[in-house]
Amino acid sequence: MSEFLQMGGYAAYVWSAYGITLIVLVVNIWAAFRSHTGALVRIHHENRPERSGRQPTVRQIT
Amino acid sequence: MNAFVLILQRDLRLAFRRWSEIATPLMFFIIVASLFPLASSPEASQLRESGSAVLWMSALLSSLLALDGLFRTDAEDGSMEQLILSPAPFGLIVLAKILAHWAVSGVPLLLLAPFLAISFYLPLEALPTLIIALALATPTLSVLAAIGAALTVTLRGGGAIIGLLVLPLTGPVLIFGTRATEMAINGESALGPLYLLAALAVFAISVGPMAASAAIKVAME
Amino acid sequence: MTVTLRVRFVRWFHQLASPPYVYRLAGQLAPWFAVTAGLLLLTGTYGGLVLAPADYLQGDGFRIIYVHVPSAYLSMLAYIIMATSAVVGFIWRIKMAHGLAVSAAPLGASFTLLALVTGGIWGKPMWGTYWQWADARLMSELLLLFLFAGYMVLRASFDDREKADRVSAILAAVGVINIPIIHYSVEWWSTLHQGPTIAKLDQPSITMDMLSPLLVMILGFTIFFAWLLCKRLQGEILNREGHARWVEKLLEEITR
Repeated sequence: MSEFLQMGGYAAYVWSAYGITLIVLVVNIWAAFRSHTGALVRIHHENRPERSGRQPTVRQIT
Repeated sequence: MNAFVLILQRDLRLAFRRWSEIATPLMFFIIVASLFPLASSPEASQLRESGSAVLWMSALLSSLLALDGLFRTDAEDGSMEQLILSPAPFGLIVLAKILAHWAVSGVPLLLLAPFLAISFYLPLEALPTLIIALALATPTLSVLAAIGAALTVTLRGGGAIIGLLVLPLTGPVLIFGTRATEMAINGESALGPLYLLAALAVFAISVGPMAASAAIKVAME
Repeated sequence: MTVTLRVRFVRWFHQLASPPYVYRLAGQLAPWFAVTAGLLLLTGTYGGLVLAPADYLQGDGFRIIYVHVPSAYLSMLAYIIMATSAVVGFIWRIKMAHGLAVSAAPLGASFTLLALVTGGIWGKPMWGTYWQWADARLMSELLLLFLFAGYMVLRASFDDREKADRVSAILAAVGVINIPIIHYSVEWWSTLHQGPTIAKLDQPSITMDMLSPLLVMILGFTIFFAWLLCKRLQGEILNREGHARWVEKLLEEITR
């Protein structure tokens, strides 16, 4: 296992590359979902200002 | 064709009336190039090495600077709408405007470049190639910058965006231009990159005005 | 038979221009893409990190290509999708095509950045530097990043969305015409400056057991992109159609 983690001496490079990739993927997921839910919430408020108490949740939308 | 000549004449006449607009990019070209030794070193060996890069970068930046007002003045005083509605093909009118602008901004740059080149200790034998390369490159740069100016014609303060849009596209011109200059400095024949610069210019002139005219029409509608 | 098929195809094509249809389609496709992309990315990562043998020249450092190559490939795919749909939207005045172009831009830009960063990380042990100006692929990728940035900045500077659509479509088209010119000129330029250290790495000596995780990763990245493209497109459609009746009905359904 530790041999696997060491990556033949390239550990710092390999793991940082994969780590950054993971971060980019996760941030992209977050941003894409936010663009969708954000638009829904905004329209919800714009179309009927009086029902601002009831907000659509992320779970309901997706 | 008649419209082409008329627009060319009109724009040239207007340009000479507002001579400060011609002078500004040229002054910019000279000043950027002359500040460079302050930023690096006044030693002849180093200047000779970086001279062509400095000349090309300054030419690039000043040609972008010059193009900002190319369409905006006409768009603001309403004459652009007249030109769009005129029976002459609008792409041709745009080409005439680009050509007029190149004549007052690109050509003086060609005339100034040899003096700057000499001050950077470039060998005299390299000057003809440098001028030919600039003569082939500046039309492409003008067309590219005109596309940028057209895209941002209705934007207030669009000048800064033009650089962002257009500079990445100028890479090939820069590559072939500096390569031709370097080859001439080393005493080689620079025909290869010069042909490539000419090809880029032909391509830019034939396609660019269409893109620029489409962008102006869209932005103004 | 063929006539009805054609009619059906034409109808389907027209439906693709209809916002509620596209919104629902994207919503239905998204979970499938998500699951497939997740499975492929996990399999590919396992294959790339564990199963694939170490390269005889680059050791385990070569495993970076399993994230670098897919992101570089995806950045170009994203630009082509962005430019194509922008031009389609421009010519036939299809709002949905513009929406697709807008959705592809930030995704493409982020993968371009990722390709640059992972390329740099790979370059440090292989070239000895994080950044190698003389490498044509890195330079082309950098210029691609600038093109994405220009597209997004130009869009953002227009208040009128429809005008932003049409003007930025022209920029995207100009960019896509320029990409091959930029690529080949940078390649030509880099052959003049390239040192011998890079040349030995330029020969792809990839074997089948190294290649298959790479293909899985490329497919995984592509489907991941498709998933987020669906989500972003949904958001973009809502931004454009906010006050339409079908959006109102949709909100009723959700908040009930």
